[in-house]
Amino acid sequence: MYRTIVKSLRQYKKPSFLTMLFLALEVSMEIFIPFLMAKILDKGLLTKDIQYVLEIGSLMFVIACLSMLFGVLGGKFSSEAAVGFSANLRQDIYKNIQTFAFDNIDKYSASSLITRLTTDITNIQMAFQMILKTIIRAPFMIIFAFIMAGYTNLKLALNILIVIPILGFVLIALIYKVHPYFIEVFKKYDRLNRTVQENINGVRVVKSFVREEKEIEGFKNDSEDIKQLFMKAEKIIALNSPIMQIAIYSTLLVVYWVGAKQVVGGSMTTGELTSFITYMMQILSSLMMVSMIFVMIVISEASVERVAEVLNEQATLTNPKNAVTTIETGDIEFKNVQFKYNALSEEADLRDINLKIQSGETIGIIGGTGSGKSSLIQLIPRLYDVTEGEVYVSGRNVKEYDLVTLRDQIAMVLQKNTLFSGTISENLRWGDKNASDEEIKRVAKLAQADDFVQAFPEGYETQLDQGGTNVSGGQKQRLTIARALLKKPKILILDDSTSAVDTKTDAYIRRSFSEEIPNTTKIIVSQRISSIQDSDRIIVLNEGKIDGIGTHEELLENNEIYNEVYNSQVKGGTIIEE
Amino acid sequence: MKNKALTQPVEKPFKILKRIFSYATEEYKLRLILVVISIIISAGTNAIGISFTKVLIDDYIAPLVLQENPDFTNLARVIGMMAALYLTGALFTYIYNRTMVTVAQGILKDIRDEMFEHMETLPIRYFDSNATGDIMSHYTNDTDTLRQMISQSIPQTFSSSIMILSIFIAMFIINVPMTLFVLFMVGIMIFVIRFLGKRSGRYFFIQQSALGALNGYIEEMIEGQKVVKVFNHEEEAIIDFDELNEDLRENATKANTYANILMPIMGNIGNFTYLLTAVVGTIFSITGVTALTIGSIASFVQFTKSITMPVSQISQQFNAIVLSLAGAQRIFQLLDEKPEQDNGTIELVNMKKNEEGVIEEVDERTGHWAWKKTLDNEVNYIGLTGDVRFKEVTFGYNENKTVLHNINLFAKPGQKIAFVGATGAGKTTITNLINRFYDIQKGTITYDGIDIQDIKKSDLRKSLGIVLQDTHLFSGTIKENIRYGRLDATDEEVEEAAKLANADFFIRQLPKGYDTELSGDGGSLSQGQRQLLAIARAAVANPPVLILDEATSSIDTRTEAIVQSGMDALMEGRTVFVIAHRLSTIRNSDAIMVMDQGRIIERGDHDDLMNQKGEYYQLYTGAFEMS
Repeated sequence: MYRTIVKSLRQYKKPSFLTMLFLALEVSMEIFIPFLMAKILDKGLLTKDIQYVLEIGSLMFVIACLSMLFGVLGGKFSSEAAVGFSANLRQDIYKNIQTFAFDNIDKYSASSLITRLTTDITNIQMAFQMILKTIIRAPFMIIFAFIMAGYTNLKLALNILIVIPILGFVLIALIYKVHPYFIEVFKKYDRLNRTVQENINGVRVVKSFVREEKEIEGFKNDSEDIKQLFMKAEKIIALNSPIMQIAIYSTLLVVYWVGAKQVVGGSMTTGELTSFITYMMQILSSLMMVSMIFVMIVISEASVERVAEVLNEQATLTNPKNAVTTIETGDIEFKNVQFKYNALSEEADLRDINLKIQSGETIGIIGGTGSGKSSLIQLIPRLYDVTEGEVYVSGRNVKEYDLVTLRDQIAMVLQKNTLFSGTISENLRWGDKNASDEEIKRVAKLAQADDFVQAFPEGYETQLDQGGTNVSGGQKQRLTIARALLKKPKILILDDSTSAVDTKTDAYIRRSFSEEIPNTTKIIVSQRISSIQDSDRIIVLNEGKIDGIGTHEELLENNEIYNEVYNSQVKGGTIIEE
Repeated sequence: MKNKALTQPVEKPFKILKRIFSYATEEYKLRLILVVISIIISAGTNAIGISFTKVLIDDYIAPLVLQENPDFTNLARVIGMMAALYLTGALFTYIYNRTMVTVAQGILKDIRDEMFEHMETLPIRYFDSNATGDIMSHYTNDTDTLRQMISQSIPQTFSSSIMILSIFIAMFIINVPMTLFVLFMVGIMIFVIRFLGKRSGRYFFIQQSALGALNGYIEEMIEGQKVVKVFNHEEEAIIDFDELNEDLRENATKANTYANILMPIMGNIGNFTYLLTAVVGTIFSITGVTALTIGSIASFVQFTKSITMPVSQISQQFNAIVLSLAGAQRIFQLLDEKPEQDNGTIELVNMKKNEEGVIEEVDERTGHWAWKKTLDNEVNYIGLTGDVRFKEVTFGYNENKTVLHNINLFAKPGQKIAFVGATGAGKTTITNLINRFYDIQKGTITYDGIDIQDIKKSDLRKSLGIVLQDTHLFSGTIKENIRYGRLDATDEEVEEAAKLANADFFIRQLPKGYDTELSGDGGSLSQGQRQLLAIARAAVANPPVLILDEATSSIDTRTEAIVQSGMDALMEGRTVFVIAHRLSTIRNSDAIMVMDQGRIIERGDHDDLMNQKGEYYQLYTGAFEMS
C-alpha cells in the first residue's frame, strides 16, 4: 500500500533526501549549543573570564547561524518535496482514471474519486511533510542529545533510558485504542456528506414531500455520531500530553535529585546540570514529536488506502498490440454476442445477438426499459467488452482496432450526457479540435442547434456553466449531437439523444442526417416510434434478446411488441395515416 | 463561479470571532470557564517549573555545597513540592484538553446542524444560484478549518499567551534589566514573524484559490468521465489538469516554504537570545551592573529557550486562524441567507363528513382532506377538491426577464390538465409556481378558492404530489425510497405502490428485492427504473393533486401505458397536471395547453385541438412543413 504511493515521489526523491540531510545537519549543530552553553556558565562566569566567554560565544554564534541555515534549507526542501509529491500523486491518480474503461468508472462513484483527489491527497501531503521533517530529525536528536548527556554525565543519562520504553508503551496503547474510532468517523463523514449532497441535488423532492424535518433528523443523528466518535477518540488523545508531561517532569525531578547530590558531592558542576537538563528536554520533546507523527500516520492511513486502491486499479480494456488504425466502412456485425455487466450475475444482459448492419444504413432500436438497448450499442465502440461472441466493424473484430481510432470513427451520443464549462464552440470542438468556425456552424445546423445558438447574444462564444445547466435539456441534447457529428464518423450512435427535443425538431435532425451524411451508418435508440419509424430497419429488443428486425411496416405486421408500443403511442395510428 | 468565495477577503475578523465565541458562551459557559482556568493553571505551573531551576541551584544546591555534612531534607521537601505542582499541572492539562474536546466538538456539531437545518429552509433560488460543490464545501473544507481553529488554534494561542505572560512575570521578579533585554529579542522575533507572515499569508490565499480551481476542474471532468472517454479526450483532459496542478504546486510550495522556514528561524533567534543572554548575563555579573547569580543566569537561559516555543506557536497558528476565519465567514454567509418566506396560516387536515354532510377534522388518514382556516378563534373547514386557478399570472426568474406572460387557466377538480410545447416554453415553470417553489410577481393562483399565499407552505406541498423528470433517489433501500412519500406506509402499501408504478417486477428481480441498497442517487438503476421508483414514491403519498413533469420520459411506452392505467385509477377524482413531450401520454387529458415562449397559444381537449389544425395538430401528426 505504502509502496504504491511512494512510486509517485519521482523527481522529489532528491528534495526529500535533502530535507532529511539538512535537518540531520541542523540537529547536529543544535546539539552543540547547550554543550557550549555549559562551558560559558562554568568557566566564563565562575572565573569571570570575559575573553573565554566571548570566544566560546562566537563559536556558538557560528553554530547557531549554521543551524539556522540548515533549518531553512530543510524547510524549503521539505515543502518542495511534500507539495511536489502530492502534485505527482494527484497527477498519477488522475492519469490512471483517464485510462479507466467504463467498467472501472462504474465501480467508483464520481464523488468518491473526487474525495480521493482532494481531501485524501491533502491528508497525505500533510502527513508526508511531518514524516520527512521528523523521521531523521527526531531520532538524531534523541541519539545526539543522549550522547551529549552521557558525555556530560553518564550515570545520570542512564536514568532517562527508563522513561523511554514506558512512553513508547503508552503511545502504542493510545494509538491502538484510537485507530478504530478514526476509521469509523471517516465512514460517518462520508455518510454525512452524502446526505448533504443528496439534499442539495434533490432539494425539490425534499421540499415537495415536505420531508425537511425527516432529513434534519437523519442529519442530526449522523452529526451526533460523528461528535461522539470524535469525542471518544480525542478524549483518548487528550491523555497524550498530560502523560508526556508527567514523564518529562518525573524525569526532571529525578535528574534534579540525583544531579543535586552529585553537584553537592562535587562530581558535577552547576553548568553541567543546566545543560544536562536542556539535553533531556530535547530528548523528551523529540519523543513527543514522534508520538505526534504516529497519530498523523494513523489518521492518514485511511487516505493512503483509498488512494492506493485507485492507483492499483487496472483498466479492464486495453489497446491491442499492432492495433489497426484505419476503419474502412461503417459495416457492423454481431456474432453470437452475449454480454453481462457483472461477470458474476446469472442472467446475461444481452443474449444470442446476431446482427449485420450495412454501411450507410439507418437502424432504429426500440425496446422496454432494461431490454438492453444501451448495452447493445455500447459494445460497438468497445465501451464494454463482450462476454462471449464477437463484434465486427468494417469486417474486423473491434478488439483489433486502436481504441482512439475506433472511438473517433464511431461517434456515440450518450444517454446521460455532459457539456463542460467553456464556450459553446469550445464544447463542440471536443469532436475535432481543429475544426473551423464554418465547420462548427455546419454541424450545429445539422443538429438543429444553429438557430438557438445564434439567438444567444454571444452566439457560439456563449459561456456554458458547469454541466451546461444554463441551456435547456433539449438544447443540450442538440449540442451533444453536433459535438459528435464534428468527428465525421463512419458510424453515428444516438442513445435516446433526442428525448427532450420536440418531435418537429427531431424530424428535422433526422432529415438532415439522411441528406447530409448518407454514407454514415446511423443507429438511433429511442422510446419514440416517430424517431425511428422511417429507419431502414428497426430492431426490437426484449429482455436482452432481439425480438424482431424489419421495417416499420413489416414489424407492424409481424411483431407483437412493436405493435403494442406503436398502439400505445398512436392509438390505432389513424391520425398518422392521414 | 467556483472560486470566488475562496478568495474573498475576510471582513470584520473580530465580528466573526465574536460570533464563533457566542456559540461557545451560549451552551458551554461553565465548561469554557473551566478551560480558561485550567489553561492558566497549567501554563502557570509550567512557568514556575522553569524558574525552579534557579531556586534549586541558588537556594538549595549552592548552600549545600558549602556544608560539610549536607542535609538533604530541605531539598527532598522542595522536590516533593515540585512533584505535587507538576502533577497539578498535568492534571489541569488533562482537564483542559478533555473539556476542550467536548466544547469544540459540541460547537462544531451545533454549527453543522444549524447549517443543515438552515439550508433546508432556503428557497429553491438559493440552490439555483449556488453550485452543489460550493455548498458542499461549507460542510467539508470550511468546517474542517473551523475545527482546526476551535480545537487547536484558539486554545493554543491562548495557552501560549499565558505562557509568555507568566514567563515574563517570573523574569521580572528575578531581574529587570535582563528581562528588558529578552523583551527586546522577542520584539525582533515578532518583527520576523510579521515579515514572513505577510508573504506566507498572501501565498496561502493564492494557494487556496488555485486549489479551488483545480478541485472544480477535477469535479467537472470526473463527473463527465464517460464523455471524455467517448471523445478520446483523455490527453487534453490531462494537459489542462497538469496546468492547474502545476499552478497549485508552485503556489503551495511557496506558501508552505514560508511556513516551514519560520520554525528554524524562530528557533535560532531563540538560540541567539540564549547565547546573548548568557554573554550579557555573564558580562553583567562580571562587571557587577546588576547582581546576578549563576542560578539566575541559568534560569534566564531556560526562560529564553522556553519563550521561543510559545512565540513560534502563536506565529504558526496565525495563518491557520486567517484561513479559518475565511471559512467561518463563508459558513456564516450561508447561515445568514434568508429562508423561504411563509405567511400562510391555512392548514391541511384529514377529514370525514358526518351524517349531515358537515366536515369534521380527524387524526387518521381518511383519503379526504380539508383546508382548516382559523380566523379570530373561529375555525372554518373548506373541503379539498383540487380546484386550481391561475389569474393573470406573470412571472420571471429575475425581474428583467419575464418567463410567463399573463397566464390564465383553471383545473376543475378531477381534471387532467396537460402542458405541451417546446423546451423553454414555460411548462415546468407553471408547476413550480403551484407549489410555491417560486413566488409570482403579478396575478393570483388559487387552490379551492384560497390564494395559495395564505396556505402554509408545508401543507400546500403535502397536498401536491410531484414527480420530476430528474428523479432523485436517496441512499438507502428501495423500500425506504418509496416510503419517502409517506413515512408511515406499511410494507404492503409500499409494495402496492410499486405494483401500481409497474416497478414491483424489476424490484423483485434484484438480489435483495425491496431491501436492495441504492447508492449514489440510484446509479445502479437505469433512468427508466428510477422514474418508476419516483412514481411509486408519489403513489404511496397518495396526494389529492398530482404534478407529473416528464415523469415517464425514460420509460418505454409499453410500460408507460401500464403505469398510466394504474395512475389513472389512483387519480380518479383528483386533479392532475402533466407535462410531456410524448403526446400519447396526454392524449386523454381534459384540457391541453399548448405553450410557446411563456404564453398559452392553444387550449382545448385533444379533439378540439386536432380540429383547430394549429400547432398541436402539427406536433401530433408530424405533418409540419419541412422548410
